Amino acid sequence: MNATIELKHQAAVAQAAAPAPLLCSGHAACPGCAEPLSLRHILDVLGPDTMAVIPPSCMAIIAGPQPYSSLRIPVYQPTLEASAAAASGLRRALDASGRQDTQVIVLAGDGGTYDIGLQCLSSAAERNENILYFCLDNEGYMNTGAQKSSSTPHFAVTGSTPAGKTTRKKNLLEIMAAHGIPYAASASVGHLADLRQKVEKAKAMRGLRLITLLIPCLDGWGLADDSALRTARHAVECGAYPLYEIEDGQRYTLNVTQRTRPVSDYLALQRRYRHMTAEATQRLQAEVDEGWARLRQRVAASAPA
Amino acid sequence: MSTTPDEAPVLLTGNHAVAWGARLARPKVVPVYPITPQTPVLELLTDFQAAGEFDAEILTPESEHSVMSACIPASLAGVRVFTATASQGLLLMHELLHYASGARAPIVMANVNRTVASPWAFWPDQTDSLAQRDTGWIQYYVETAQEALDTVIQAFRVAEQALLPALVNLDAFYVSHALEPVSLPAQDRVDAYLPPFAPAQRLDTAAPSGWGNVVSPDMYNRHRQDIEAAMGRVAALAAEADREWAEATGRSWGVVERYRCDGATCVVVAMGSLCGTVREAVDALRDAGVAVGLLKLRLFRPLPAAALRAALADVPDVIVLDRDHSPGCGGVLHQELRAALYGMPGAPRIHGCLAGVGGLNVAPEHIEAFVRRALAGTPQPHSEWVR
Repeated sequence: MNATIELKHQAAVAQAAAPAPLLCSGHAACPGCAEPLSLRHILDVLGPDTMAVIPPSCMAIIAGPQPYSSLRIPVYQPTLEASAAAASGLRRALDASGRQDTQVIVLAGDGGTYDIGLQCLSSAAERNENILYFCLDNEGYMNTGAQKSSSTPHFAVTGSTPAGKTTRKKNLLEIMAAHGIPYAASASVGHLADLRQKVEKAKAMRGLRLITLLIPCLDGWGLADDSALRTARHAVECGAYPLYEIEDGQRYTLNVTQRTRPVSDYLALQRRYRHMTAEATQRLQAEVDEGWARLRQRVAASAPA
Repeated sequence: MSTTPDEAPVLLTGNHAVAWGARLARPKVVPVYPITPQTPVLELLTDFQAAGEFDAEILTPESEHSVMSACIPASLAGVRVFTATASQGLLLMHELLHYASGARAPIVMANVNRTVASPWAFWPDQTDSLAQRDTGWIQYYVETAQEALDTVIQAFRVAEQALLPALVNLDAFYVSHALEPVSLPAQDRVDAYLPPFAPAQRLDTAAPSGWGNVVSPDMYNRHRQDIEAAMGRVAALAAEADREWAEATGRSWGVVERYRCDGATCVVVAMGSLCGTVREAVDALRDAGVAVGLLKLRLFRPLPAAALRAALADVPDVIVLDRDHSPGCGGVLHQELRAALYGMPGAPRIHGCLAGVGGLNVAPEHIEAFVRRALAGTPQPHSEWVR
């Protein structure tokens, strides 16, 4: 057996031994989108004993039209505003059927979470329903052609804020933390090891767990086709999208503790900030600084004495 | 059929009879939100659960919208699901009512018929549920507490056979809060009548499939035809479910009920609690020599057109009582009856009465007056306000 054949043989054995990926190739995501990559790792950690609730969103498109499905797990697609309620009903039905160990996850966008789905998410959090909620946050209604949501950041241009958004991004993690849920965290496919570790951690917990993932939208943000991961990394590195965890609404952990670039580096990658004046950029930098300082205070305040 | 000692009648309100019906049907998931006048249903179910007598997952979301949102995937996961609401709660669910029938989720829901705002009011009026007639739900209307209990159990059986959701409507206060003697069927009798819900297709990690993905126009069109075909089976399934219930308990309610209709020259058609009042008016008119009967419509969706045509054949005058109001249309039941009987050879003259809209009291003597007035006049295409 020569070396090439041996390598091919080893690859074939490895492939046969590995379980089939739970996200199939041939899905309907835009080329270059980081959302399927994020999902592939999430599902790889969670495994096949998982059911997904997917409201109308980019993820629903990626899941595919009938009779196809890109996911090898059961999927229920609810109405846009009802993900956490639907997941609660599914959870209770599984509990009543002795399937307490099956994970019920939500894969929703920011419109379906920060905006129209917030009421039922708050209620599910108050009841501490045993569900794992992923908000795939691309900071706007990207599936309908890029309009503003309450997750869209200050100054960003969208289809409904042509002169730039005049108010700040809603702080979802603080809202969820105020409910005292066991686990709320931000994660990014640009920091893959951190993402996988958070999904592992959440998987082992019970109650309502929520992870937001920043998903740079090539079309909606005006990014180069090959820049999704770079943009995701810049968001963390400048502090606009810090990676942190809040346990039981109280214990804060900052996962990337240093800011290594100014916000202007992050903005420069995106057409939605092309109109920014130097003054506006300074204001946004100040807002990011302020958020970072507040976060560090909370981390310090929750550190063991 | 003999009754067991625990089936001896007890005094229950319509709401508590609904809760007993739900308990006996053994649902596994009950999402529910409180609203006047439905709250005693919710409270008795939570009491049952707290006492260890009701083995269901009860969840109390922040709105009726979330209640129905939770009901649908729970049902698709293969468990029996029950809930109850009224009025504004039902209206808030509207989007999900369509979603539930589209998903072929056989949820059973009790609805206490209450006026729709604005302005705010809390009186018996069936506009809330009649406004949901196009949502793909089976709809029953009941007259008494006993019928409410029996219908909840029958509705589960029909819904699960047709794979369509079912609504059991009871009038605010007249049925929901009035105390009546109710026989509670023994649990083993109900278990024999209503086998566990075990759909062949369900959300299951052992055989992954999905519900809700985008479909083509052709798939959507075929899906609607499947729903129509399922609705087409419901009247016969409901009649069969009622017949077998009669075998089990001795009680039968029919899909429609004819009360003193033999030889009637005039038949009053009504739904819900008004039927009890019409019975008294019919008795009084019969005593006075006027040949009047009552046709009680128990199953409104699907409308049992064949049964209505058979029951109203050769009846010269039909008076429809509507305790509902559709602006620009009049009475919903009036228009439904006109459509159902249109083109029928020797079709009756149909008089539509908007009676009791907003909870106005309709006494037996009022109904006698409606009958005499209708028989003296000519029927109008629109419904007439009467009181």
